[in-house]
Amino acid sequence: MLDIIVGTLEKLPLITAFAIVGVIMWISYAIGKLVNNRIHGSAIAIVAGLVLAYIGGKVSGGTKGISDISLFAGFGLMGGAMLRDFAIVSTAFGVKLEEVKKAGLAGGIALVISVIISTAVGAAVAYAFGYTSVVDMATIGGGATTFIVGPVTGAALGASSEVIALSVAAGVVKSIAVMILTPLLAKPAGLTTPAAAAVYGGLMGTTSGVSAGLAATDPKLVPYGALTATFYTGFGCLMVPSVGYMTLAALFG
Amino acid sequence: MLIYGVSLMSGCLIAGVIIGKLIGHMVGIDADVGGVGIAMLLLVVISRWFIDRERMSELAQDGIKFWSAMYIPIVVAMAASQNVVAAFDAGTMAFIAGFLPVVAGFLLIRPLSALSGSSEPEDAAKPAKRAAQGAK
Repeated sequence: MLDIIVGTLEKLPLITAFAIVGVIMWISYAIGKLVNNRIHGSAIAIVAGLVLAYIGGKVSGGTKGISDISLFAGFGLMGGAMLRDFAIVSTAFGVKLEEVKKAGLAGGIALVISVIISTAVGAAVAYAFGYTSVVDMATIGGGATTFIVGPVTGAALGASSEVIALSVAAGVVKSIAVMILTPLLAKPAGLTTPAAAAVYGGLMGTTSGVSAGLAATDPKLVPYGALTATFYTGFGCLMVPSVGYMTLAALFG
Repeated sequence: MLIYGVSLMSGCLIAGVIIGKLIGHMVGIDADVGGVGIAMLLLVVISRWFIDRERMSELAQDGIKFWSAMYIPIVVAMAASQNVVAAFDAGTMAFIAGFLPVVAGFLLIRPLSALSGSSEPEDAAKPAKRAAQGAK
């Protein structure tokens, strides 16, 4: 009997994920109501997702959270880059171009500043912990921008797999810190307008962190933050292994 | 038909990612530079053009709004697929290297958003109302 149920669920991975995520949303929003929406339901749901990811990672020993458990494999499909990007694009529907133009310049400046700061901070931390070769510093600096820039930089510069793994870990820490901290810090940090959201997207850069952070804070800000954040990883992949590496080499080489 | 909206969105994403890859290729990296962002801009411009000419039915718009309402559940599934264990077990260095830029980011939101010089912060949020309704 149990075999039939589990077997069916495993054959319908995406559908199983829809069903379970629906239940998670329902419970999370019910809890949100209980606390008078002081913590928004979507923030609770995202934290619940992270807790599930932790449990899944511990149980399976894999790297993709709950989706490494075959019963929950559909989470990987539903929350994978393809549907995520599709849903992000859909949030742009109904946005006014004038708003985007107004927010765009500051968002772009934020993006450039943030790639520089993140790389510099990551490289400095790497140096402080004894990773003093320029390749290691650039790779960990790349990881401090996003968990994609780190391995791209490391691969381009020929960093060791240990350092590349560290850069990915730094990027994952960043992404999860953004998810958790955004709903808590949004108001004091001034994240209340589309322009501020565009700046925030440029500053944080991690698409997963920004998309989850804004979803938990204020869904109407999502398109503005996501718009700038989606340029960040590409820009980082371009700048960190080239300009970033050369700057570090000039300073420490 | 509902699929018209979904199809338009898909076309925007495909075009955006191709353009992003082309930009990446031109500057010599094997990555997509801003493909999703370009897709968003395409959707904003093209859907506005169709709606202004009343060439986009309510149903077609609902096809897009459905996905925008699925955004938060998809993000929850994404959160559940993250490598949270690695983040927890990352060790001090990776933790500090990932955490400090986030702190710096939150501190810089106010000064940098002052650059965009929006005089009416509350009003500025209104045009996004439709997206917000969709996202609920």
